[in-house]
Order: sequence, then structure tokens, then C-alpha cells
Amino acid sequence: MTNSDAIISIKNLKVALGGVSVLDIPSFLLHEKEIVSLIGPNGSGKSTLLLVLNCLLRPISGAIAYRQEAIVTREELLRYRRRVSMVFQEPLLFDTTVYNNVASGLKIRGVKRNEIRERTMRYLKCFNIEQLANRSARKLSGGESQRVSLARAFAIEPEIIFLDEPFSALDPPTRHALTDDLEKIVRESGITAVMVTHDQSEALRMSDRIAVMNSGKIVQTGNPSMVMNSPVNGFVANFVGMETILEGRVLKDNQGVLLVSVAGKEIDAVGDARVDDAVYCCIRPENVTIDIFDPDDMTSARNVFPGEILDIDSLGPFLRLSLDCTGLPLVAYVTREAFATLHLAEGKNVFASFKATSVHLVRRKR
Amino acid sequence: MDLILEGLIKAFHLFLTLDPEVLGITWLSIKVSGLATFISVIIGVSSGMIVALTRFPGKKFVVSVVNTGMGLPPVVVGLFVTVFLWRNGPLGFLNILYTPTAIIFAQAIIATPIVMGISIAALQNLPNKLRLQILSLGATRVQMVWILIREARLPLMAAVMAGFGGVISEVGASIMVGGNIKGYSRVLTTATVMETGRGNFDVAFAISIILLLLVFLVNYIFTLIQQRERPR
Repeated sequence: MTNSDAIISIKNLKVALGGVSVLDIPSFLLHEKEIVSLIGPNGSGKSTLLLVLNCLLRPISGAIAYRQEAIVTREELLRYRRRVSMVFQEPLLFDTTVYNNVASGLKIRGVKRNEIRERTMRYLKCFNIEQLANRSARKLSGGESQRVSLARAFAIEPEIIFLDEPFSALDPPTRHALTDDLEKIVRESGITAVMVTHDQSEALRMSDRIAVMNSGKIVQTGNPSMVMNSPVNGFVANFVGMETILEGRVLKDNQGVLLVSVAGKEIDAVGDARVDDAVYCCIRPENVTIDIFDPDDMTSARNVFPGEILDIDSLGPFLRLSLDCTGLPLVAYVTREAFATLHLAEGKNVFASFKATSVHLVRRKR
Repeated sequence: MDLILEGLIKAFHLFLTLDPEVLGITWLSIKVSGLATFISVIIGVSSGMIVALTRFPGKKFVVSVVNTGMGLPPVVVGLFVTVFLWRNGPLGFLNILYTPTAIIFAQAIIATPIVMGISIAALQNLPNKLRLQILSLGATRVQMVWILIREARLPLMAAVMAGFGGVISEVGASIMVGGNIKGYSRVLTTATVMETGRGNFDVAFAISIILLLLVFLVNYIFTLIQQRERPR
């Protein structure tokens, strides 16, 4: 994609708060109908970036352009703000009825009364809150409040919507129901969206592109599988949940298959590194297979290590096993079924195996 | 005890017979303090808004000054207003010393910091991000200010009540700049002071009770509005 079909483009953006640089983004493009998730640890600048994108926070340098046009004058700023809308972490509802809350953006725009009524009702229905229309916004549950806040933002029918972790304060079932509804509405409306989230499955599920942020910078951006499976550095790998990250050194290159020395062991890996490079081997736990017998002859996996189960954690449908393969720490996911069939338990000796292609190599500084 | 009882009887008598002098004094009190409160609300809410919503060096100092002003002694205000309005004072040309206008002037000065202080607190109590949310809904600056006032309407109403309560029961400034002129600048509080001084305790009691009732009534009305506005 090129610059020309970007709905928003950012160039050399720098933001400082109280003299401290909080955002430094050389370039960022948002394309029409694209859904981008911003992920990253607390304080990495995700929310700040959203505020800047919404023109609610002035950068110290650089600017954002809407369809290649800079936003400079107060009129341009207002016109731009009326094309976008934002949902915050807190619902921030007005002290009036649910109906008036959802209608507020339209009233601000001076939309005709009939149309306000029609659109407000439509979006109340969309978010399943029509029965609350005449209720005071002060008397809503957390989930209901956030639905009102979403309906209020969508009722404007913006070109772009910015979502700043709108579900982070909700309990999991409420959150799921709301994510489902939001996903449906976002897909159906073909809106462009930028969403801050802490929830990886949310990010994977909803977005066309993921941008990982760390200390005010976008460290990686790409489609979700690319970011999840090919993190550009140890930080991203750690953040997106490559549970096992091992430091190693490339010993040999066997026609593309690299032999990496890790904790006194040798791992076969496929990746972009040269002999003698220092690397991180990132192994996703779902790619590690557990067996109670040595699978050496039956598997295509090149890496097989005997080890002991140190710890077992429940992760919903999966169990997360922490293994110690004589000095080599590994993490594996197994289904509850497999767990029961193999009679796994803490302290049990098992064989962990993974393919060379399951090892993602990230070169590291020495 | 007799004194109190007599006072109560007298008060009812004055009330029931609609004594024109008492009615006149009561009406003037309402008018003067009402206008003073109105002026203080206009100035206090708008300046409170500016202080609460903008960032500037010395903001904490300004807020402290305003909060101190909430306890401004009326006699001090009376003294300053008198000096300013004195025949050869800076505002002497206005020729309003010892008029109801002078009382309004003084009372507005007393009420403004009260209204302003409570307004600042009310607006600062709104969630920080509410302003951003309003702007992100496409509001102009004027629309944003209007919505913020609407959101803070309950505490702002408390500001109005506090302002009115402060000035209707204030006596020092009213007597100094109004002069307690019979049938012209005499208000309920100055009349009470005078009648007590003369030993007419019954009349003083009567006027005090009217004053109390008045304050109660105004607060009651505002409270009704506030309660009705409470979330259902």
C-alpha cells in the first residue's frame, strides 16, 4: 500500500509531556477500512497515540494529515474531529438519559430532530440497549455503560473510530459479549478503526494489522500472524507471548538449518542468522509437543529433549507446562485430554519436541 | 422566655397583617441579595471555569486566594467599598454610596469568591477525560463549556445557594455602604441590628424569623430541584 490511499498519515511525530518524550513515531499510515490494534505494555504511548490521532493532544513536532491534507486551522480541526470519534477506557457518560447520551454527538452536530431520533434508536438497537433508552446513565452496570459509550461514538457514523481499551474494566463474560457485538458492527460498517488492547486474542481476532509499541515507539507493525510468529526483537517476542525465549549462538549452518547452542544443548532452527551470531530462540508453547516415550523415531521434529515437569498452570482449555530439560527451560501447552491420557503430573519425566521451523530466531546484540 | 414568645407573636402579627414596612424591607432584601447573587454567579462561574479548565503558572496561588476569599469578612468588604464609593474616592463620581446599588455592589464582591471557589471545585471534580470525550464527539469550545456546566449543574447549584445564603444573612457591609436608611436601603439584617440596639426585641425577633424563613425557602426550592435531578 502506498501513501496515497492512507486515510491518516503521520510523519516525524514527537510528543512530550512535561518535557519528557512520550511518543516518537517517524511514520505511520492508516489505510481506509483498516483495523489496526495497538499493543504494548503500560506507558508505551498507545493511548497517547490515540489522543494525537484524534487531534486532542498537540505534538511538539510533526503532524498528522487526513487524506494528505494537513489539519491546521481551527475549522479544519473541528471538521476532522467531526469525522472521527473515540471511546475511552471509562465510559464517560453524561449525567442524563441513555437516549440523550447516544444522541449527544448528533445534537452537537446540529442534526435534525427526526434524524437524531432515527439514528439514536438504530444504534441503541445495534448495541442491544434500546430497553435502557429512558434510564439514567448513572444507573447502569459497567457493561451497559460501555455499550452506551460505544453507541454514542458509532451513532455519529464516523469514518474512523478510536478505541482505547474500552473493555479493560469489564469482567470476562461481559467483555466477551461486548467484543462479539463490537466485532460484528465494525465488520458490517466497514469502518476504519484503531484499537488499543491488552488482550491478544482480541487483537488477533479483530485486526488487519497489529502495531506493537514500546516506550513511545512503534517497534513492529504487520499483519497479526507476522507479528505473532515473527517478532522483530526480544521485546516483541516476549510481549506477544513467545513464552520460551532462549539465548544462544549459531554454531553451524547445514544448508539452511542452523545448529544453535543453547544452555549447553544443541537446537536445530531455521532462520535468518549466520554462524557465530548471537540469537534469541523463540519457541511458542503451542508448538512444543509432549510425549512420555522418546519419539525420536516417529517424529519429524528435529529437536527432542528429555525433561521434567516443574509446574502446571491452567489456561482455560489448555494446561501450561513449565519444563526443565536438564538446564533448558521450555514451556508447552497441552490439552486437558492429552494431559489426562498421558497421566502427566508435576515431577514426571517427559520428552519435549519441536520442529526446527517452530524456532523463531531473532538476532541479538552482543 | 417572655421576650422570645412576644417576639414570635409579634412576628406572626406583622406577617399576618402584611405590615407594609416589613414587607418593603423583605422585598428589598430579596431584590438586593438576589441581584448580587446573580452578578456573582455570572462572574464567579465564568472565571471559575477559566481557572478550572486552563493551566497557567500560579494557578494554585489563585485558587488559594479564591478559597481565602470565600471567607472574606463582610466588614472588610464594607470598608473597602465605602472608601471606593466615598465622595472623593476613586468611584465617588458614581454617587451610589448609601443606596441599595451600593449594597448590591458590596454583596456581589462577597458572593463572587464563594461562587467561584465552589465552581472551581465542581468543575475540577468532573472526570479528567470528560473534556476530551466531549471534544472527540465533535464539540466546539463553546459547546464543550456548555456541556461541562450541564454536567456540573448540581454542585453549581450548591454554589448559587451558598452565595445567596452568604449575602442575604450578611450585615456588616450592608450597613456600612447602605446606611440602613428607612424605606430606602434598610434590609432584614440591618433592621435586626437596629431594632436590637433599640431594645425592640419583639420586632427584631420578627424580622429574624422572616429572614430565617426566607433562607430556608430559597434553599428548600434549590434542594427540590437538586433532588429531582438526582439519578432515578
